[in-house]
Amino acid sequence: MSRPSVLVLAGGLSHERDVSLRSGRRVAEALRSAGLEVTVHDVDNDLLPALSQVKPSIVWPLLHGASGEDGSVRDILELVGQPYVGADPRASRVAWSKPIAKTVVGRAGIATPRFVTLPQSLFRELGASLVLESIAANLGLPLVVKPARGGSALGVTVVREASALPRAMVDAYAYGETAIIEQALTGTELAVSVVDLGDGPVALPAVEVVPREGPYDYDARYVPGRVEYFAPARLTADVAARVADVALGVHTSLGLRHLSRTDVILDDDGVPQFIDINTAPGMTETSLLPQAAQAAGYELGELYRAIVTGALRA
Amino acid sequence: MTSYQTPASDASSPVPTPAAGTRLDPWIGAYADRTHGMRASEIRALFAVANRPEVVSLAGGMPYLEGLPLDALAETARDVIAQRGTVAMQYGSGQGDQTLREQILEVMRLEGIEAHPDDVVVTTGSQQALDLVTRLFINPGDVVLAEAPSYVGALGVFRAYQADVQHAPLDEHGLIPEAFEESLVRLTGEGRRVKLLYVVPNFHNPAGVTLSLERRPRILEIARRYGVLVLEDNPYGLLGFEGEPLPALRSMDEDGVIYLGSFSKTFAPGYRVGWAVAPHAVREKLVIASESAILCPSNASQLAISTYLATHDWRGQIKNYRELYRERRDAMVSSLAEHLPDATWTVPDGGFYTWVRLPEGLDAQAMLPRAVTARVAYVPGTAFYADGSGADHMRLSFCFPTPERIREGVRRLAGVIAGERELVEIFGTVPEAEDRVVDSPGPDLA
Repeated sequence: MSRPSVLVLAGGLSHERDVSLRSGRRVAEALRSAGLEVTVHDVDNDLLPALSQVKPSIVWPLLHGASGEDGSVRDILELVGQPYVGADPRASRVAWSKPIAKTVVGRAGIATPRFVTLPQSLFRELGASLVLESIAANLGLPLVVKPARGGSALGVTVVREASALPRAMVDAYAYGETAIIEQALTGTELAVSVVDLGDGPVALPAVEVVPREGPYDYDARYVPGRVEYFAPARLTADVAARVADVALGVHTSLGLRHLSRTDVILDDDGVPQFIDINTAPGMTETSLLPQAAQAAGYELGELYRAIVTGALRA
Repeated sequence: MTSYQTPASDASSPVPTPAAGTRLDPWIGAYADRTHGMRASEIRALFAVANRPEVVSLAGGMPYLEGLPLDALAETARDVIAQRGTVAMQYGSGQGDQTLREQILEVMRLEGIEAHPDDVVVTTGSQQALDLVTRLFINPGDVVLAEAPSYVGALGVFRAYQADVQHAPLDEHGLIPEAFEESLVRLTGEGRRVKLLYVVPNFHNPAGVTLSLERRPRILEIARRYGVLVLEDNPYGLLGFEGEPLPALRSMDEDGVIYLGSFSKTFAPGYRVGWAVAPHAVREKLVIASESAILCPSNASQLAISTYLATHDWRGQIKNYRELYRERRDAMVSSLAEHLPDATWTVPDGGFYTWVRLPEGLDAQAMLPRAVTARVAYVPGTAFYADGSGADHMRLSFCFPTPERIREGVRRLAGVIAGERELVEIFGTVPEAEDRVVDSPGPDLA
């Protein structure tokens, strides 16, 4: 087979544009170092002409948020018969919505914190203070408030007192019409990446995330220093295997392809609880999938090339 | 099924090698104290979208350069290298090119400043002058008094030198002398040393207001009485839409004012040329500090600007800018009146910005993600305060987008505000998060 050419899609108009551009640059660099021909393209008016002109063997969407992860860009790629890396549109849509993904994963027998899904309109109908009081009483504190869609911890607040809930709701709704409120668990924060190099999904070593100060928010994620990472995570073989199984279960139950990253909290009882799934996980200097890959002994360029060739073979 | 794989060191053991943690920055323990305050925030990430053409950016402070005679400027740049290349490409004087310094006097004369070429120090944009002055005067904990609000880029410099920035309020006539004096009384009463008053007297960034002629000598008199050096930052002074420029503070007090000027707004920011005019002793130290920072400002940039000033109708260019920006100001103000009747805003007589106060209970920083979704961007007011206040304000720039785009941007903003207002109606006015990061946007937005 001749050398595959890759068009990396990065940028887009989502709130995570900046992260996407950084991910795109890193992946493009790694793929080039592995000898592949790579172009990087934004999602804009020129994309479709560029696809027909460049005729890449495969497109790697490294778009975070909005059309990049909700399946719509993948719909277009399907439509024009363009092979691409990552989940198909249907699976992307399911994974992109936190409440739907949690429900699907929960049905597969994987533990996930209790939560409620709250469209903004509900509060108007039922009255904000009554709804929030009832949630705090039933789910208990602390809670995490998140936009129902989106990543990079944008709009996410950990709420320790009921009085902080309204602010957290406002901040989450700034990112979209629907928010979820989830029980906040204490335990070990883990991110487990899954890759499929053509022979079925394989979990990479879990990466343990230990915020040194403050929450694991946007700043903590993308500026080195505020978080300590352990890759592989400090787990016994037994626990590591259970955590890996959860990630594989999430990947499979959501019908994902090629790569994904599952965020898990290992709760105080040692149960891995599903928190979130990323179908286009971050690939920046500080991102978790690259750290896991390196912990597994992969050279990034080689791994990414293997993902590409695996995806082309499938 | 367990597909957990550990191709790491010891393949015989299923237990991964216990790992030492990494913070991905091996130098994390080595940074200076002043570095710890530097953070990335969601806000900064959101600005990444503002540069896309789909987004109407009312955030950036970028001058509109398409009106520049670019062909002629290309010739100028070519001539500088072709005819004076061995000078242009060489190191130069730490204080700056002599001819350019003489020409700068001519520019400053338009605002009543009489000085000697020796009083002028050319810098890499006036931002560098700001940095140098702060470096010369500010020990950690020293107080800098700034207007409330104040230029975000200055606050960044003051923070980097660990100054304690205190704000004194302004109104539609600029810094309020009584409030300025009250701040001094309070701070000196607390035993604090106030070293600098930082003031943008003309077409303020972000407030859009101008310090009135009547207040200028009063501010200087108070500063003198309390032994406070005035740092006058004046990038926009020649961009007034009506009448003649007001006399600079420096024109009224040679000994108590350090004046900062810039070609970034009256010509273009690309060459990065600004300047400082300072009392004799201060100027000597500025030159030494500048030499240690950058050796000398770029000769190529200075010669290009000097040639531009000598051979082009730079006054005509400034006049063009004024007309262009006045039309955009008008578009901004009329759109605000049409679409945001419940907000209030300043009507600037020049410069780039209007300062909008949102309807009761709205928070410009919390609202920014919604605005980005609606494809419009602005800078939240919090960026312009050292203490995290200003959430109820936003800065809107009218310098870069066309009048049509400005109108479209304000129309989008109205939708965003309506959406946010609905939230406030549902949840009531909610207090700000305590740990909010007060952030500055990138240079193309400052």
